[in-house]
Amino acid sequence: MNSVILQDIWRGIFQENPVFRMFMGLCPLLGVSAYLLSGLSMGLIFTGVLICCNLIFALLQGGIPAQVRLPVFVIISATLVTTVDIILQVYYPGMREELGIYLLLLAVNCVFFARVEVFASRRPLVRSIFDVLGVGLGFTIAIVVLAGIRELLGTGALMGAEVFGPHFEPIRMLREAPGAFIALGLLMALANTIYRKYRLLDDDTENEAGEGGSLWNS
Amino acid sequence: MEQLISILFVYILIENFVLQHFFGVCPLLDSSRNIENAAGMGMATILLMTLSTLVAWLIYTQVLLPLELYYLHLLVFIMVIAVLGKAVETLFRRYFPYVHQQVRFFLPFNCAVLAAALLVIDNNFTLLEAVIFGFAASVGFSLVLLVMAGVRERLAVYGVPAVFQGAAIILIVAGIFSYALTTGLGGIYSP
Repeated sequence: MNSVILQDIWRGIFQENPVFRMFMGLCPLLGVSAYLLSGLSMGLIFTGVLICCNLIFALLQGGIPAQVRLPVFVIISATLVTTVDIILQVYYPGMREELGIYLLLLAVNCVFFARVEVFASRRPLVRSIFDVLGVGLGFTIAIVVLAGIRELLGTGALMGAEVFGPHFEPIRMLREAPGAFIALGLLMALANTIYRKYRLLDDDTENEAGEGGSLWNS
Repeated sequence: MEQLISILFVYILIENFVLQHFFGVCPLLDSSRNIENAAGMGMATILLMTLSTLVAWLIYTQVLLPLELYYLHLLVFIMVIAVLGKAVETLFRRYFPYVHQQVRFFLPFNCAVLAAALLVIDNNFTLLEAVIFGFAASVGFSLVLLVMAGVRERLAVYGVPAVFQGAAIILIVAGIFSYALTTGLGGIYSP
């Protein structure tokens, strides 16, 4: 392994994490993070589809006119997601039930397009594959952490195994929609603390506050 | 008739797309910077979503089911939404250039639109129900977007702790909205 490849992977996990830095792909992240197992499978499917998408798009790239890049890209990702859906229907129907509509919604995930378009079109194929691998792993880590917290505190179990014993009172809200939003919000604040420590976060937040406040100043 | 009114209110308030199902959280973060921004995005989404549920229903029941190609529904819906999204965008650019400026987010990548088309199939709606469903879901989405934009304009004035600025505080506010909906309105009507 040379260091360029490791750097490419690490960038997707840390500096350009799709969830904590790009704020993309939140719909599948929030949707299937109630249980650790389903969260982990969603993360792995996300990574797999992203890599395949990148590979196919990179191979076809020379032949696609600029005006139809987006439709072609969407067709590729929809085909891959349909394939995954059919495979899950045959081999893991239970898991497919759990992922539900969020699996199909991966087809219009903005991370895919943003990443493949920005990185793959400018770098050699091998590097772009390691880059999307990093982004996929970044997403997987985020969803595993969120799902772990929600399952642990929401049900008192982890992967179905009891952790806290019978006296633990589960926080019901964390299993439902409000808990997902609040848990992710707190995780993002935690991530921001870490980014701040490594001086990756200075301009962004100020821009955000400035733009929101512009209406009041004008 | 009762069924239609029930669909309208359930999908605007109780089964809200953003707050209960997380569809369209990305545009919620991106397009709620201020009221104009949110209103532009909301209008475009209402038009696109109502149209796309209508077309998705027609294509699914009239073309895909008779030909037994129902496993292609995802591919077909995505193409329909991409084409309609482009059409809506062109329409807004031509007639409402001011609104068009506000919609920076690429419309077909709003996963709420695709989710609406897919849920029409899952719920076995009739044509009229499907259109009302698309309209209600998009109104619910726009409502949350508008309220969030209002909250963000206030938040910009108050001192939000530095690490919570940006997406973190928006998600927590959305969580509080969602909690209000589930505990407050969820008890009135349970589908």
